[in-house]
Amino acid sequence: MMLAAQSIAGFLEGIIGESLAEQGVQYVLAAMIHAVLLVHAFALSPAVFIWLERKVSGRIQDRLGPTRVGGLFGWLQSLADGIKLVQKEDLCPPAADSMLFRSAPYVVCIASFAAFAVLPFSSGWVAVTADCGLFIILAVLSLEVFGIIMAGYSSGSKWSLFGGMREAAQMVSYEIPLAICALVPVIAAGSLNLGEIGGMQRGGMQNWFIFHDPFTFIAFFVYFVVATASCKRAPFDLAEAESELVGGFHTEYSGIRWSFFFMGEYASMFAVCGIASILFLGGWNTGIAPLDDALYAARNSAAPGGFAISGYLANVIGAFIFVLKGSAGVFVQIWLRWTLPRLRIDQVMTTCLKYLIPISCFLFLGATLWPLLLASSTDRSSWTSEPLGTRFAAEVQESTEQLSTANQRQALAVGEDVQ
Amino acid sequence: MSDSVLAGENVLFTVFALATCLSAVAVVIAQTVVRMAFWLVISLGSTAALFFLADADFIGAAQLIIYVGGTLILLVFGVMLTASGPYLKLESSPGEIILGGFLGLLFMFAVFSSLQGVEWPAPLTGDSAVIGAPEGNTLRPLGLALLGTRPDLDLRDGDTLSTGYLLPFEIVSVHLLVVLIGAAYLARAKRRANAAVPGTADS
Repeated sequence: MMLAAQSIAGFLEGIIGESLAEQGVQYVLAAMIHAVLLVHAFALSPAVFIWLERKVSGRIQDRLGPTRVGGLFGWLQSLADGIKLVQKEDLCPPAADSMLFRSAPYVVCIASFAAFAVLPFSSGWVAVTADCGLFIILAVLSLEVFGIIMAGYSSGSKWSLFGGMREAAQMVSYEIPLAICALVPVIAAGSLNLGEIGGMQRGGMQNWFIFHDPFTFIAFFVYFVVATASCKRAPFDLAEAESELVGGFHTEYSGIRWSFFFMGEYASMFAVCGIASILFLGGWNTGIAPLDDALYAARNSAAPGGFAISGYLANVIGAFIFVLKGSAGVFVQIWLRWTLPRLRIDQVMTTCLKYLIPISCFLFLGATLWPLLLASSTDRSSWTSEPLGTRFAAEVQESTEQLSTANQRQALAVGEDVQ
Repeated sequence: MSDSVLAGENVLFTVFALATCLSAVAVVIAQTVVRMAFWLVISLGSTAALFFLADADFIGAAQLIIYVGGTLILLVFGVMLTASGPYLKLESSPGEIILGGFLGLLFMFAVFSSLQGVEWPAPLTGDSAVIGAPEGNTLRPLGLALLGTRPDLDLRDGDTLSTGYLLPFEIVSVHLLVVLIGAAYLARAKRRANAAVPGTADS
């Protein structure tokens, strides 16, 4: 199993007793706890972001947005919407291919939910640790398009078909710059493991990969534009385009199936912004060196595989920072949507094929050559931060010193026992 | 790993293996092209899940991004652009069904007999397994093998020094580059030699 369930499993092992622990029940329980937590993260983030979207769009348009449901700021508006949508009739038009029509929303939801399984929320707080986490997350997010194309094709309506075709054309081309831009910080990090990439940016803002070299700095903005397009958010929301295509791919949907598309959309908005914050913005690290070091020390206070309350709290703070960074990204996406007019489909394609792909290829090439150039002209391999190798060497030395002192103590203790 | 983890993995394996096989059958039975594509997505996605269960993350993710995310979306896109009616149907005659079924059974026999005939090496255990691939993390050994070193081979057991997959990797890279250039050449706007371009036709 690839479950990084050590801390939860270790915690459970103490509770359930030895006889069950020998059969490995704690691993299965830990897996279930992970699954339940992920479902909640996946289901709650859209509820919050839909409320945020309505509130922000209201303020941008000089309105108040929701104010009534749930008292101040109308913060229960999403729950009220959800209850209304569950009650609505589940319609399937007679011209539709009903099997595909009914299953399309699930494909969208499953794809964006699966992305959460490899997204680390804090150091070690990830359901599945994989060495190629970034690759898996990009692969899984690309499946979301298929649900949308299926919805558009099977609705039996020309507006839906137009929406589905636009989405297909848009996504097939935008996936290329998305993957290339995500690779630029990977070159700096030398790892595809999202947990490792996040951990490398500890110790101050200058270690964040966005400030690693000029290419990663530009790559962050290109990535953000492409990620906005890959979530089909305005100004790239050609698949919906409610002023020309009624509702695009979801014209014929109603009730809870319609809301599944939006759950998928808002969840994948958070997922791509979360990837951006891990790849470029330091992930769960605060960006303030002393604070980062203190949190790091608190995390490592527990024995490997064990459970310590200070380490847990440090991870809670880390998760809070990560969610804050991701939500800030989502806020910017919402801000863009209500500020910029929609592009035409040919402009969308031109932006991608003629500008974003060449720019991202240039950034990729530059990011590979930069360390060589820097190392040959100066002695450093990185401009702003201490090189990764130096930092890790210091870390390894520190931990071996700790180990050796611990061994000496142990040896002394053993020696005293013998005497 | 302990009993209940193994039991859980077995349940998951059964679920995904059944999903792979049944949806593969459904691909053959379905008559509209997009439904076939849908079943193919389920089948290929479950195959990817089987790879993930076998701790082969990289191959699972590659399966998803290449076959499901790439090939199938292009297929559906092609159907949507070229179909004459709303739902393109493929109806096969009884002769085709019999021929197809015969070929399918023949292929299944070939696969089964060759699986029976191979003597499978015992799974790696001990130090070399740990160096080669700690569970789930096949990426580093794979990358090293593509660069020409095989850390998973244990030279003490008489394995010869291998060059890894550097040559196939380079051949595939060059091949893909040629394909890209060829596609760009085929797709570029063609200027015919005798085309009557206004303004240049008179001269």
